[in-house]
Amino acid sequence: MATLERHIRYEAELDPSFAREIIASSGSPSLMECIQCGTCSSTCPLSSYMDYTPRRIIAMVREGFKQEVLRSSTIWLCASCYACTVECPKEIPITDIMYALKRYAVREGIHRWRFAIPLMARLFYETVRRNGRLTESWTVLKLYLQTYPLQIPAMVPMGWKLLFRGRFPLLPERIRGRLGLQRVLRAAKE
Amino acid sequence: MAYLYFPGCSLKGTSRAYDESLRAVFEALGAPLIELEDWNCCGATTYMSIDERQAFALAARNLALAEGQNPSPANGAELIAPCSACYLVLLKTQKRLATDASLGQRISAALKEEQLCYRGRVRVRHPLDVLVHDIGLQEISRRVRHPLRGMRVACYYGCQIVRPYAPFDNLHRPTTLDDLARALGAEPVDWALRTYCCGGSLTGTLPEVGVRLNYLLLKEAQRRGADCIITVCPLCQFNLEAYQDQIRRRYRDLSSMPVLYFTQLMGLAMGLPPKSLGMQRLMIPLIQPVGAAEKGGIHERA
Repeated sequence: MATLERHIRYEAELDPSFAREIIASSGSPSLMECIQCGTCSSTCPLSSYMDYTPRRIIAMVREGFKQEVLRSSTIWLCASCYACTVECPKEIPITDIMYALKRYAVREGIHRWRFAIPLMARLFYETVRRNGRLTESWTVLKLYLQTYPLQIPAMVPMGWKLLFRGRFPLLPERIRGRLGLQRVLRAAKE
Repeated sequence: MAYLYFPGCSLKGTSRAYDESLRAVFEALGAPLIELEDWNCCGATTYMSIDERQAFALAARNLALAEGQNPSPANGAELIAPCSACYLVLLKTQKRLATDASLGQRISAALKEEQLCYRGRVRVRHPLDVLVHDIGLQEISRRVRHPLRGMRVACYYGCQIVRPYAPFDNLHRPTTLDDLARALGAEPVDWALRTYCCGGSLTGTLPEVGVRLNYLLLKEAQRRGADCIITVCPLCQFNLEAYQDQIRRRYRDLSSMPVLYFTQLMGLAMGLPPKSLGMQRLMIPLIQPVGAAEKGGIHERA
């Protein structure tokens, strides 16, 4: 017999400290004042591609649905366009909450297997820490090797066009003060 | 007035034409740009998703460098950041450092590792703001050699220069870029997607989503009868132009749409050589202004 999937949550399974942690990390006590009007979801250009809309994520954070929120695609689809933040009638900095959730998920190592967005974040982070600058073309190439290797042939025409127009630097950009920058970043680490 | 210039990573790679045209236009207007020495990546939207304090340190290093390299130490440094992501990250860092004292102390301590110090005497500016408000539309239209008469332009602001702070324009209905296009003799089209998000790096990380967002933008510009789109951000330009082949393969109702940096269009109208504006780096060339030059500045619609 097929196993039954349970879709309800008992209060005991929720994490009551989750909302507090996210409020502290995003600096947004107004999170608790959300009136669930849905303005964020309707202004968000990406909400139709998300598994939970921004309004639902706010409600779920508040109630402590930690695992569902951290595993959602929503937090990674947020492209930081701040449309929700400027429209929210309760002035909740939703974009900053999404950042706090991304950081939480990264810290806990929670994300879907080979999901490209957090992998891109990781690659970006490491490249900048090492070189002080990012060379987009190389970072995207590395990302595709890790996530969509079969898509690389389809990207070749664009690569050629960029190369011929001098828009694909062959050498990665680096700053002189790399070691100094690394010391600064180590000292600032959270 | 001398401006310090923070190009950002994109302008050294995929968006070299933005760098070239920006320098050329500012040079021609008598306000040369001085590139910040040994600047580092601003961290964009990504660094903040991993470690916020490091992200602020990364941006603060650039602010500290700008303070140290200020060409006119009597006043605060004016730092031009043409990329929308750089512009916003630098502004956000300034705001947070000014309001969060404990963060400020941690960042100051971190910057000491490199004998750097930031006292808050930098003004972060977007070139669009500088061109429209410091140099002025009157001066710009006085410099126009080939008015772009008859050219219909979709002015695309994207998200991060107007949101969340909108330091120099209206948050909901920005006009500076439209005013600038008008000063060049062009006709800005009215379209609702001027501040709609292009999806940033989603074109690379989740193509089915990123490609669709950019399709919506291109389609709307086309529907409004635009001859070209002008952008103020390297990522917007890249998404709208470099992915256009893929977008048009997926959505057949789209015809090809040139996407230029606003500084390229300015340079063309001012009669600067196309090569100095990086026009040869575009994948979808803008043919009309060349014709416009031959016809004594009259741009004819095809």
